[in-house]
Order: sequence, then structure tokens, then C-alpha cells
Amino acid sequence: MLDGVRNLALGFWTVLRHAGQPATTVPYPEVKRDLPAAFRGRHRLYRHADGLERCIGCELCAGACPSSAIYVQAADNDQAHPVSTGERYAEVYEINMIRCIFCGFCEEACPVDAIRLGPEYELADFERGSFVYTKDMLLDPEKFAPARQYHADVDEKDPELRREIPVDEDLGEVYRQHRPLG
Amino acid sequence: MSELLVQVVGSLVVIVALLTGMAYMTWFERRVISRLQVRIGPNRVGPTGLAQPIADALKLFFKEDVQPSMADRFLYPLAPGISLVAALAAFAVIPVGPMLTIGGQSINLIIQDLPVAVLYLVGISSIGVYGVVLGGWSSGSKYSLLGALRGSAQVVSYELVLGLALVGVVLVSGTMSVAQIVDEQSHFGPLVILQPLGFLLYFIAAIAETNRAPFDLPEAEQELVAGYHTEYSGFRFALYYIAEYVNVLTVSAIAATLFFGGWLAPFGLLNGPWWLLIKMAFFAFVFVWLRATLPRLRYDQLMRLGWGLLLPLALLNVLVTAVLVVALSTNG
Repeated sequence: MLDGVRNLALGFWTVLRHAGQPATTVPYPEVKRDLPAAFRGRHRLYRHADGLERCIGCELCAGACPSSAIYVQAADNDQAHPVSTGERYAEVYEINMIRCIFCGFCEEACPVDAIRLGPEYELADFERGSFVYTKDMLLDPEKFAPARQYHADVDEKDPELRREIPVDEDLGEVYRQHRPLG
Repeated sequence: MSELLVQVVGSLVVIVALLTGMAYMTWFERRVISRLQVRIGPNRVGPTGLAQPIADALKLFFKEDVQPSMADRFLYPLAPGISLVAALAAFAVIPVGPMLTIGGQSINLIIQDLPVAVLYLVGISSIGVYGVVLGGWSSGSKYSLLGALRGSAQVVSYELVLGLALVGVVLVSGTMSVAQIVDEQSHFGPLVILQPLGFLLYFIAAIAETNRAPFDLPEAEQELVAGYHTEYSGFRFALYYIAEYVNVLTVSAIAATLFFGGWLAPFGLLNGPWWLLIKMAFFAFVFVWLRATLPRLRYDQLMRLGWGLLLPLALLNVLVTAVLVVALSTNG
């Protein structure tokens, strides 16, 4: 009985004590939590420092995608004006963000590190059409992503964006084979 | 005539004050409980969410009033009203301040100084149960019915304790008029000193009477959806909601008045209604604190606590108080 009263009092005190702590929640739209570096948000296609696209249109990402959200249509590079560093490039590259489950398998499958999942997660919109991302949107979301789905402050935090990727960065056997132009 | 006018105006003032107080009680509860749970709480509507109750009221006003096809046509719309009227009516016998003199006319800051006010309080709180029981039964839904069953069993059990706890107060002060009980306390200090056990019993029983955590079995959302008001929507639901919070305020006011001297100021400070408000705010905080701390009791635990522990203690309290009152008054 006395023990029970003591425990009761302890419980009440514990609850009261917590009132002094700063809240663990944040007023969300104004304050956003820092995301872990490995957060898998919206995809982004990357370019080499010389402006050539990294994507070589191999479609491995589309094959790895468990929800068949990625569609890639490759075309041969014009040797005089190459789009990518490989023999071929992605003429059409689309991700259906309604299907995407943000598993990051595309990122893992990519032999040339062309696609990465970034920190952007506020992707709500009103029309289905605005969830099918074209290659432009993925390469330059600053310019082409739907306005509602692009937030400069979030994208700024992407460490990948500031990283200078050397042109001749060794990415393995497949990558070397696909650099006949370099 | 003028006396009637004073009473009508007084009632209106009290009702408006209670409804406003209730609205801000919801705000207070949500803010405080979020602090206790290390959250921020409502902060969107107005500064620190102060306009939240207005937004809630507007929302409930404009919602559709759904009536289930199995519901009783007469009792279903009536039940929430019973709850609210009973909740509001209890405040009629609570004095909010000392005698006021305006333009040569003295005004009692109490709507009706009943000579049997304590009895009236107990009676009104039992009428409030009808709102719960009839609402649950007339909804024609199993969850509502189960909630109503629990509500009736709980209230029947705890009303005894509540009544007996008040008997101690009546014995010590020798009157059933709440105004006179406050008067007594101005001479001898707050009654909680003479009736600590009585106060504890009253407060526990009062929490059970208001169906608040940890005695919120009649509306246990995890098992009964929302208990007796599952089927209610729109403004009829709001009536139940208002009744619950008005009850919290009323019960706080009764505790403050009967055991802590009501509007009397401690340490010889200036008397006034603000002291009643301060004491009520404290008890309102305790209600929220309890809700943040204690898990809901199981049904058998509720019954065992009520009949096995609180009722014997209440009887003992009445017995000891009666013996002491008689012994001391014959000697002195």
C-alpha cells in the first residue's frame, strides 16, 4: 500500500518533470529536421563536371526497380555532339513518382552513379501528371520540377550537390567500358 | 421582481462564463498535456493556439447532424441536452464572491443560496448520468450501449463515495448551504485541514463522476470507439463535449469551495472571485496532470477501488468525523 503510494507519487513527479524539457517535436512547415545523409527522397540525375550526362541509358535502374516506376529509352550518341560520356544516352528518362517506393535500388544498380536519391521529400501535388518526372526535371529540378515539389532550402542541404565529381573518377569496369569518347 | 432580474442576469453571466471557461479549458488541457508529453500542442490558430476553441466550435456547428436509423427518435436528440443542463445547473449553488453592494442594493454573488445545496449538488450529478445512459441506449449501437452500461455502473459506485465524502463536510460545518460552508471556513480555515481524507475521496469520486482519465471507461476509445457518444456528431456531440468540460470546471469549483474556502483568500490577502478562479485553475491542472500520468483502470479494478477501498474509507471518515464532532461539541 505505502509502496503503491510512493510509486504513484514518483509517476506524477516524472510527468511533471518533463514539462520543463524543450519539446521534442518541431513546428513542421517552418522548422524542418535535418535529414540523415543517406535519406532517400526525390531522385536526381547527375552530370559530369564537363557538362556531359552521366547516364548512359543502360536501363539497369529500370530493371532493378521493384515497382516498375522507371522508364528509359536509350539512343546512340552523336559522336560530334555527345549528350553523355557513353556510346548511348537516355533519350527518354521518366520516373513515375506515384509508383516509386524510394527503395534506392536504382541508385545501387546504376554503374555510373548517374542517379541518386536526394533529401527532398515534400512531393505532394494535385495532378497525377505532375508526378511523372521527365529527364529535365531530374537533371535540373531547380528549373523544371513542379513548383510545389521543389524547395530550394531542402535541396541546398544535399551534400551530393556540392561535391565536385572528377571526370575520370574510377567507378569500375562497366564505367570504363562506357567511356570510349573520353 | 428585481431579485428575479438579478437571478436571471446572474444565471446568464454564469452560463456564458462557464461556456467560455469550458472552451478555454479545452485549450488549456491540450496545451498543458502537450507540455507534459514534451510536445508543442495546438499553436496554429491565433497566438499559442488561443483561437483554437473558436475554430473547434465553428467546425462542430457546421458539421452534419447524423441520426442513426436505429436510434430512438425522442431520446437520441434529448440526451446530450440532459448532460449539459445538469453540468451547468450544478454551478447555481456555488458562491463566486462576497456580498456586493451596487447603488445601495446588495447583490449576493450566488445564483441561489439553497439551504440544501450539498444535497442538490449530489442530485444534479446523478441527473447528469441520465445523459450518458440515455445517450448510449438510444443510439442503437453496441459500443454506445456498452459505454452507457459502464457509465451507469461507474457512477452508481462512485456517487456513494462522493456523497459520503460530502457528508463529512456537512458534519463539520453543520450546514448544507454552500454559502454558509464558505462562511464557516472564513472563521476556521479551509475545511481540507479537518477533512483531508474527505477531500481525497471527494476528488477521486469526482474524477469518476466526470468520466475523466483514469476513469474514462465509458468513452474508452481503444475498445469502445467513443463509448456512449459514438453515434453523435456535429453539435449534439459538441453538447457532450461541453458537458464534460463544464463538469470538470464545476467539480473543480466544488472542490475549491467546499474544501479550500472558495473565494476566500489565503494568508489574509484580498478576498474575491479571482481566488475561486485560481483554485479552480489549479484543480483543472490536476485533472490534466492525472490524464497525462495515469493509464485507464480496468473494469474490475474500477469496481474494486470503488467498493473495496474508497467506500469503506468514506464510511470510516463519516464515522470518525461524526464521533469527533459530537465529542468536541459536548465538551466545548
